[in-house]
Amino acid sequence: MTDLITLSGVHKYYGDYHALRGIDLTIRQGEFFSLLGPSGCGKTTLLRTIAGFEDASSGSLTIDGRDMKRVEAHHRPTNMVFQSYAIFPHLSVAENVGFGLRRDKRARADKARAVGEALEMVGLAGYGNRRANALSGGQRQRVALARALILEPKVLLLDEPLSALDKKMREQMQVELMRLQREVGITFILVTHDQEEALVMSDRIAVMFEGEIGQLDDPETLYRRPVSRRVAAFIGMMNFLDATIAPAGARVALDVAGLGRCEVPASQAPGGVPAGAATVGIRPETLAILFEGESAPGRVVDGVVDEVVYYGDMTYYDVRIPGHDAPLNISMKNLIGRPVLEVGAPARVAWDERALVLLAR
Amino acid sequence: MAQRFGVTREVRRSVALISVPFLYAILLLALPLGAIVLFSFWTQDFLTIDTSFTLANYREALTQPIYTQLILRSLAISATVTVATVVLAFPIAYFVSFHLPPHRKSLWLFLITIPFWTSYLIRVFLWKVILGYNGVLNTSLTGLGLIDEPLTFILYNANAVVITLAHAFAPFAILPIFVALEKIDRSLLEASRDLGESRSTTFFRVTLPLAMPGVVAAVLIVFIPTIGDYVTPRLVGGPDGLMIANMIQTQFLRLNNAPLGAALALIAMVCVTVIALGFVWLNRRWLGGDGK
Amino acid sequence: MSLRLYAIAYLVFLYAPILLLPVFAFNDGTIIAFPLQGFTTEWFGELGRTAALHDAVQASLFIAVLSAILATCLGLCAARAGTMASFPGKRGVMGFIMLPLVLPEIIVAVSLLVVVVQVLDLGLSNWTIILAHTLICTPFCIAILNGAFANLDPSMEEAAIDLGETRWGAFRLITLPLVTPGIVSSLLISFTISLDEFIIAFFLSGNTPTMPVYIWGLLRFPEKLPVVMALGTILVALSILLLTIAEFYRRRGLARAGLRDTGGFL
Ligand SMILES: Nc1ncnc2c1ncn2[C@@H]1O[C@H](COP(=O)(O)OP(=O)(O)O)[C@@H](O)[C@H]1O
Ligand SMILES: [Mg+2]
Repeated sequence: MTDLITLSGVHKYYGDYHALRGIDLTIRQGEFFSLLGPSGCGKTTLLRTIAGFEDASSGSLTIDGRDMKRVEAHHRPTNMVFQSYAIFPHLSVAENVGFGLRRDKRARADKARAVGEALEMVGLAGYGNRRANALSGGQRQRVALARALILEPKVLLLDEPLSALDKKMREQMQVELMRLQREVGITFILVTHDQEEALVMSDRIAVMFEGEIGQLDDPETLYRRPVSRRVAAFIGMMNFLDATIAPAGARVALDVAGLGRCEVPASQAPGGVPAGAATVGIRPETLAILFEGESAPGRVVDGVVDEVVYYGDMTYYDVRIPGHDAPLNISMKNLIGRPVLEVGAPARVAWDERALVLLAR
Repeated sequence: MAQRFGVTREVRRSVALISVPFLYAILLLALPLGAIVLFSFWTQDFLTIDTSFTLANYREALTQPIYTQLILRSLAISATVTVATVVLAFPIAYFVSFHLPPHRKSLWLFLITIPFWTSYLIRVFLWKVILGYNGVLNTSLTGLGLIDEPLTFILYNANAVVITLAHAFAPFAILPIFVALEKIDRSLLEASRDLGESRSTTFFRVTLPLAMPGVVAAVLIVFIPTIGDYVTPRLVGGPDGLMIANMIQTQFLRLNNAPLGAALALIAMVCVTVIALGFVWLNRRWLGGDGK
Repeated sequence: MSLRLYAIAYLVFLYAPILLLPVFAFNDGTIIAFPLQGFTTEWFGELGRTAALHDAVQASLFIAVLSAILATCLGLCAARAGTMASFPGKRGVMGFIMLPLVLPEIIVAVSLLVVVVQVLDLGLSNWTIILAHTLICTPFCIAILNGAFANLDPSMEEAAIDLGETRWGAFRLITLPLVTPGIVSSLLISFTISLDEFIIAFFLSGNTPTMPVYIWGLLRFPEKLPVVMALGTILVALSILLLTIAEFYRRRGLARAGLRDTGGFL
């Protein structure tokens, strides 16, 4: 895949506030790219910089090989779906969708056909004459999509497009956005603070913290091999345990508080092997409580159930183990025959060194 | 400075836009105000202006009983008008905000504002018709047999000025109070009732304090402009109802003594401003002390 | 319930003078007092025959139209800037522009009089009144237009730019249509204020008096009072009409922006 957008060394100040702190980023042609991060970390600022609504204080931005420094927003090959959708309330649905065609030299009938096709693409065929005011949230979202896509931009920018929808609608729109992106083949850049949404939809995700990119990877790598503790904590749940380490060639010997000694390949330290003291991360679903009659090939530690949260398909346990302060988070599928343990019950916890991630403290 | 580039572009646009009305206000308000300040330190020398600096105008304005009396009376009338207007207006604002369904509110506000927009002069004149010796009020009351003699204390004196101005400034008092009342979260009142306060103690302990900013705004917006009115005192005030604005008008247009007129206008403005600021300060202190 | 009674009594108090206007305007007697004498339209006829009145009306209309346009333009600048980036001192600048709202009109009048006549040594004319009326109408325009602009989603204009419009095009195609009701209502309100304004006009009018100044002159002649009543009736009817239109546009503006009504003009 070829590179479409390149940002290098992009900084943005609002007065004295340093909103973007050196963003280096390459986004490829045709990918579904997400900017993920807690609210206030600068995602919208970065997106608006790409769209041309904010000027970077320094650094460069190229889209499709063209430097965007002197290119104003209305001349950039980007289109945006705004968080509020920004549907023009005084225009009809068709007028909204066809808004960007005003300067187009095509015949009126061709434009009307393009509008019809765009509406069909987002599942709003026949809605053209409605007043934009009278639409529901989901429909507004679709109008905003059609309006942006009709101009066949090289990049579609979406700022938290699903956050205003209820849960059901959101899940439905996630699927539709992915389908749409595959159909039109345009690069999508999605801003979201919802890690699940980003994991489900994206080809690649940039996780942002305080104006910086913490990690850029595909969803699986991001989940399994986070490079830092804050990335690991932001995406999914993770148990963190103290460890002392001793590198030995391509492998690292560990002594993990509460779990014991083991040895892992250096590849399990995606952020680089830290020196001396380290933190070990382990996901709740990679730990297991051994029920009656079950055995594990790996290692086992003994603990006591501290808290039980029953979720129907799953049960979440907090289990205290000696040698580690915080209880371990463990999630268990409620398979046939598995009881739900009670608080205070003894629990044997199985773990596997292949699931460990080595992080800097 | 390149770092601030993004901010400045939008700021520059906003500054450019606002500078148009701002320059207008500078040219037509600030400079003229400066001019009358300057004038108040000069003197009228028959047809020409003597531009040597002097405090003579202020001395005259503050020592001649005719001026001091007028100023004091004007302040007293303005204060009375303000109190009357705000006290009369509060229940209306309260009624519209608390006792009307939302879709009726804007109709009532509209009804309240309409009289305000209709010819001021004629409205004032009609109060003269209503309050006069043979006026509407007296003839009706006599006709109903409620009084034998026409009432005379209601025209050509300060009372008439107060009634007329309370009428003229009604919407100015109602609207700010209404806005303040609208902002009150209704669940606060329910919380207060829930915590054992009665309807009336809730009003005094919750509603009224929260409405105070509106009341303060109403007081200021009535008190300050009232001092500058010369139509009402001239038409319904009689000799005892004249106010400082009448004197300012006389100085400028009849006696052709602009410097003295300017000094009187400035003294009136300073008095009003000082009283208004004092009121705001007292209110802050009282509310602040009460809140803690 | 007693509160409702009070409210109705208050409305009567507010409307008493206005309601009396037509009563005396159609009354066949020169004395403005009860009992009424009978019905006549003579006073309205006399209005049509008074040349001086026509001049005054003409002057007033000219002044009111120009003041309304100028004040609305200034108001547009200020209200638009109000929605844009803030900068140090913005509040102070805004406050200063809004100052005429609380300043006694006589202060505006005398200070302009001093500048025009004594400092610049120019004659008074309708233009001096227009300048002053623009000054006092601008805060009202700003208040109305602020409401219109505040209701706008700021990303609306950005969306238009994003779809290929220039900054000006986005303003013209999106913002302007959405604030048009506010502009109409601002024009009407400032027109009404200027048409009625007396205190400043009295100080600053030149050879042709404005209508309120002319009315002021008539008030001294008892035999002219019924004519004043007739004129007042027409003015009140006109004001109510204009205000109703302004209110209609204000509400339509809210409806367009998809908002609920929250209250009056100010
Ligand atoms: N126009 C602005 N002026 C000043 N600060 C801003 C402006 N826009 C955003 N910020 C600040 O920049 C930071 C990043 O904002 P934003 O990009 O909107 O975050 P996100 O979209 O990740 O929630 C926030 O702390 C915000 O307060
Ligand atoms: Mg955001």
